[in-house]
Amino acid sequence: MLDQFRTTRRGLMKAGGYLTVAFSLSGWIPSGAAAQDAELPGDLADNPMLNSWIAINEDGTVTLKIGKVELGQGTKTSAAQIAADELYIDMDRLEVISGDTWVVPNEGTTAGSGSAPNCFPAVQAASAEVRGMLLEMAAEQLGQPADQLTIENGTITAGDGSETTYWDLVSGGEFEREASGNAALMPIEEQRYIGQPIPRLDLPAKIIGRPAYVQDIRAENMAHGKIVRPPTYDATLESVDTSVAEGMPGVIAVVRDGSFLGVIAERDGQALAAANALAENASWNVPEGNLPGNDGIFDWLQAEATDSTEYVNTGSPSGGGAKTMEATYYRPYHMHGSIGTSAAVAQMGDDGVMTIQNASQSVFGTGQSIAAMLGMEPSNVHMQHIDGSGCYGHNMADDAAADAALLARALPGRPVRLQYTREQEHKWEPYGSAMVMNIRANVDDEGNVLDWHYNNWSTGHSTRPSGGDPGQLLSARYLEEPFEQPPGRDWGPSSYGAGRNAEAKYVFPHQTMTVNFTPKMPLRVSATRGLGAFANVFAIESFMDELASDAGVDPLEYRLRFLEDERARAVLMKTAEEFGWDDWEPQRGRGRGIAFAQYKNYAAITAIALEVQVNQRNGRVSVVRATAANDSGHMVNPDNIANQIEGGLIQSLSWALKEEVRFDDTQVLSNDWASYPILTFNEVPNIDVHLINSPGQPYLGTGETSQGPTVGALANAITNATGVRYRRLPFLPSRISDGLRG
Amino acid sequence: MVAFRLNGENVDVDVPENTTLLEMLSLDLNEYGPKFGCGLSQCGACTVLVDGEPVVSCETDATAVTGRSVETLSALNDGDTAGRLQQAFIDEQAAQCGYCTSGIIMRAQALLDQNPNPSESEVRTALNDNLCRCGSQARVIRAVMRAAG
Repeated sequence: MLDQFRTTRRGLMKAGGYLTVAFSLSGWIPSGAAAQDAELPGDLADNPMLNSWIAINEDGTVTLKIGKVELGQGTKTSAAQIAADELYIDMDRLEVISGDTWVVPNEGTTAGSGSAPNCFPAVQAASAEVRGMLLEMAAEQLGQPADQLTIENGTITAGDGSETTYWDLVSGGEFEREASGNAALMPIEEQRYIGQPIPRLDLPAKIIGRPAYVQDIRAENMAHGKIVRPPTYDATLESVDTSVAEGMPGVIAVVRDGSFLGVIAERDGQALAAANALAENASWNVPEGNLPGNDGIFDWLQAEATDSTEYVNTGSPSGGGAKTMEATYYRPYHMHGSIGTSAAVAQMGDDGVMTIQNASQSVFGTGQSIAAMLGMEPSNVHMQHIDGSGCYGHNMADDAAADAALLARALPGRPVRLQYTREQEHKWEPYGSAMVMNIRANVDDEGNVLDWHYNNWSTGHSTRPSGGDPGQLLSARYLEEPFEQPPGRDWGPSSYGAGRNAEAKYVFPHQTMTVNFTPKMPLRVSATRGLGAFANVFAIESFMDELASDAGVDPLEYRLRFLEDERARAVLMKTAEEFGWDDWEPQRGRGRGIAFAQYKNYAAITAIALEVQVNQRNGRVSVVRATAANDSGHMVNPDNIANQIEGGLIQSLSWALKEEVRFDDTQVLSNDWASYPILTFNEVPNIDVHLINSPGQPYLGTGETSQGPTVGALANAITNATGVRYRRLPFLPSRISDGLRG
Repeated sequence: MVAFRLNGENVDVDVPENTTLLEMLSLDLNEYGPKFGCGLSQCGACTVLVDGEPVVSCETDATAVTGRSVETLSALNDGDTAGRLQQAFIDEQAAQCGYCTSGIIMRAQALLDQNPNPSESEVRTALNDNLCRCGSQARVIRAVMRAAG
């Protein structure tokens, strides 16, 4: 399907395998529907039309359409499990289409562990309602009461043996009707797919080398583009001699618009060679000395904060206590660091439609931003999500879509494929913001917290182009008529940005939490797995251990003193039990650590325990083993959940042990995997994951829940092994050694 | 013109000068396994086998495989049926985004060809030059051990 570049609405419908409206089924109302419609769950509220989610096809298949997209987190498979259960069909009858702005419901951005709570209940309710309507239709056709019909894999059978099928009943029609939200769901004990570790639907193609990624698109007559980025963020293009590049083999066009510079060629390698020639023949004005540098960023954050908001102030001040403790923690900028550089394929059609195949998490909003950048009607920018390399937040996928469109506009009629170089991906992606976290606590004679004051300092945690603002697209800022980058922004409850998980879940007599924000962005930043939660949980869980240690209390026991939520306690205790916390025996150079968080303080709960070995001579930290427990509500696919916990844990270890975006006063210096190393196979622990199911509870997303607890457990384990508290990430061997030497 | 064996079949490909092995496999021969990750021989996403040895195709000139035997991911499956090592990856669900998987499978296949029963430590060492950002390493190790066992 990737080889076919689908550009017209008609072609798309055919390719999608379902038919446009032959007649409407809008007249059917489920008999169980109450006069008053119920509140629609999740994303069904904004997309109530049933035919926007589900199509029953004449060929005996069902199409499920979702606005959330596959990022490697298994969302497509989980959504299919739910739809198959509620429609009483086998999963192999289902085709899932996701992230095509002309086809699927607008579910916003696939982010924030939001697919489980928002997409899954919508799919479930819509599927159940369609099934109910099909039963009503069958009852009418067979002349039998609906409650005496049975369904098996789309065939509906009456007590007298007469039967019909979904496909016969619908026969080309659509459910052009709003959901009522009143359909009864399948009882949990009858579910066949929900709760089962169904293998990912998308993986076989990826594992046997079939075209599966946006990077794999080989459209007919496709041309290849490359971009030439400025040397630094605020450099401007003074002049460029394009003649050398234009004379090179295969070059079709050089595209210049202000300081945006690119080239299109017949082949990828030719485009790269021409882009290198352009770079050599370009003259840039490069302002210098306007970045704080990675060693100066923490002072800068505290000096530049202009927007202090006290989001939490609960209980009442103690007025003192036996002792005051205080500590400050530091998190550097982190990269998303996708293994595949971002790519997109765009084509300006003769029908005036710009079609962009891309791996954006926010196809609808980013499409609007691109339309605004191009001066086009939003309806004429058609975004099709195709799986990409894992993104872990807002990486360069949206920029690739925009840049491919800028190039394709210069070559109407031909698909133009763009894939960034590694240096471009590393230097220009929007990083996870550096942060400073300070905690001050008054404690009583027994070390119990009386007053807890939390402050952090941060730049923005989301600059997604999902709001339709072209200024959030990188290249739009460099055009002849540039779009200005909007100032960074932060937001408060319930999800928070910089303040995500900054309120301790522990119950203290008095707690305050303040975010000190600056809208300035010395480095480009945006949503990176967990936003502020990674750093905030690092600080909170480190400080809890510091308090426990000072009080001479076991860190697990100390946490349980202040943790009231029963599900949270169960997860923490499960981790400790499976790790063997109580039986653990100290050895020289070895340490154990435990940490916990409930993501966003209301979503999935994860606790992690780690055992580390610290090399006393060179300061190298090896994670020996990891134990995790998690409660993600009612589990749809336990193996997907476990996979997310494991992956998040390993990625968080990588951030904490190795990663820091390095930059001087002028530019980013981390421009490849040598200058920005990540964890490798030899450094990854084996992981023991324990899942706690909560049947009947809401579905909770798991993708970001292990980031915070992992770094907390790691920091605590290192301290346990060394007797030294490390408060600045990453825990490089040099820093560990410095600490060991005192 | 580059003449070589690709997955057991003789091929002749006309490519421009300075074409990399990765580009030739991707654009001229429609191989979808090897992926562009860095172009710097740093991540291993483009790994293929040349005469049975793992090679990063992103910095290998296409002409370097003249007269040699190249194997990509699709050499390991039979049509739509996954091969033994690929099936082990499916059985262990040893991927998230899967972008690095092709290169890792090729590197693991080279290991298993030389050492059919590697230890976990040997698997880790063999794969240490292949980067995975999703954090699937623990599952990948299990998958390779499963295929070996």
